Amino acid sequence: MAVGHPLDPYLRTDRLPTMWCPGCGLGVVLGTLLRAIDRRIREGRLRRENVAFVGGIGCSARMTLYPLFDSAHVIHGRAIPFALGVKIVKPKMKMIVVGGDGDIAAIGGNHILHALRRNADLLVVMANNMIYGMTGGQLAPTTPRGLYTTTTPYGNPEREINMVRLAAALGANYVARGSTTHPQLLEQLFYKALAKRGLAFVEVLSTCPEIFGRHIDFRSPVDLYLELRKRIVVKAKPSVEESDYNWEKGFVIGEFVDKDEPGYIEVYLDYLSKALEKQPS
Amino acid sequence: MISVLTERCKECGMCVTVCPTKVLEIGSVRNRRGYRYAVPAHPEKCIGCRLCEYSCPDFAIFVEVGAR
Ligand SMILES: Cc1ncc(C[n+]2csc(CCOP(=O)(O)OP(=O)(O)O)c2C)c(N)n1
Ligand code: SF4
Ligand code: SF4
Ligand code: SF4
Repeated sequence: MAVGHPLDPYLRTDRLPTMWCPGCGLGVVLGTLLRAIDRRIREGRLRRENVAFVGGIGCSARMTLYPLFDSAHVIHGRAIPFALGVKIVKPKMKMIVVGGDGDIAAIGGNHILHALRRNADLLVVMANNMIYGMTGGQLAPTTPRGLYTTTTPYGNPEREINMVRLAAALGANYVARGSTTHPQLLEQLFYKALAKRGLAFVEVLSTCPEIFGRHIDFRSPVDLYLELRKRIVVKAKPSVEESDYNWEKGFVIGEFVDKDEPGYIEVYLDYLSKALEKQPS
Repeated sequence: MISVLTERCKECGMCVTVCPTKVLEIGSVRNRRGYRYAVPAHPEKCIGCRLCEYSCPDFAIFVEVGAR
């Protein structure tokens, strides 16, 4: 007779139950990520003491609260520079940035641009619930056109941001999109992403039944889950051009980019050693 | 074997929905926080796919394949 959940060795169980609303997809994002980390640790590809989580502000960034790893909960939008700072000082660390679409694509938009451009050695997990959950349901840059939020009572008139296209355009080594409706596929994407040098960007479509669901008439966690699942299109090796992000046409999930170019840390350390050689003694 | 950590359960119903063989139900007993937790009503139908475990946002249910 087992006593605990298989993920308990990786969880701060004294903080459970989580602060998330019943049926919130964020627990599924965290659970699949921990399963992928567990596989890498058991393979000997990752050392537990070298894994750290960094999150900004939001329900999604709160994922840093529960894993039994070193973690930092920093100011809104600033998880990426914090994580990169740690990585530069301790290059052996596997830095995992977790945040929401607001934290990473809106207020943290400038940081993600330059981390992608530099191919910075980070795993960035953007949980996309298509809204600002924590602050009461304001429009996010990821909110699909036409949908209702607290701040768009007549429907969202704006174009939505496709972070997969952005990440691919700026040269990240690994770009994937998963969904909490397909958790076993999501685990596989995380598993791949954890072994990459350079920047690995994984967008995860997730559900916020309490606020997003309430505004669009799918308030029960199960109803919103079924609605999202209906709109997910799984493709084996989709191209970036196929990365549809569209409430009507659907959301394509899968692995869009898988390259192996040197990451920022290698480039930077190489540059540093050349600079030191040239320094007059 | 299917185990539910009843004090973590938030009665969201996700496990009940994703189970392909309808093993799980929301029970009638409440936990300390007032949630009626999930129960394996038909464990003999379980095929060990672990979709319930993967889809539970609260680390409240897990399945040991092979154990009875
Ligand atoms: C500098 C700053 N500006 C604004 C806020 C208010 N704020 C807190 S969370 C949040 C949005 C979070 O949205 P998202 O990242 O999508 O996370 P979610 O809660 O939806 O998971 C905002 C605007 C803040 N905490 N700090
Ligand atoms: S407000 Fe939305 S995102 Fe935040 S915990 Fe509740 S359901 Fe999840
Ligand atoms: S393991 Fe699969 S079949 Fe068994 S209870 Fe869970 S979802 Fe149902
Ligand atoms: S998915 Fe988890 S929290 Fe939701 S009802 Fe099932 S056991 Fe409870």
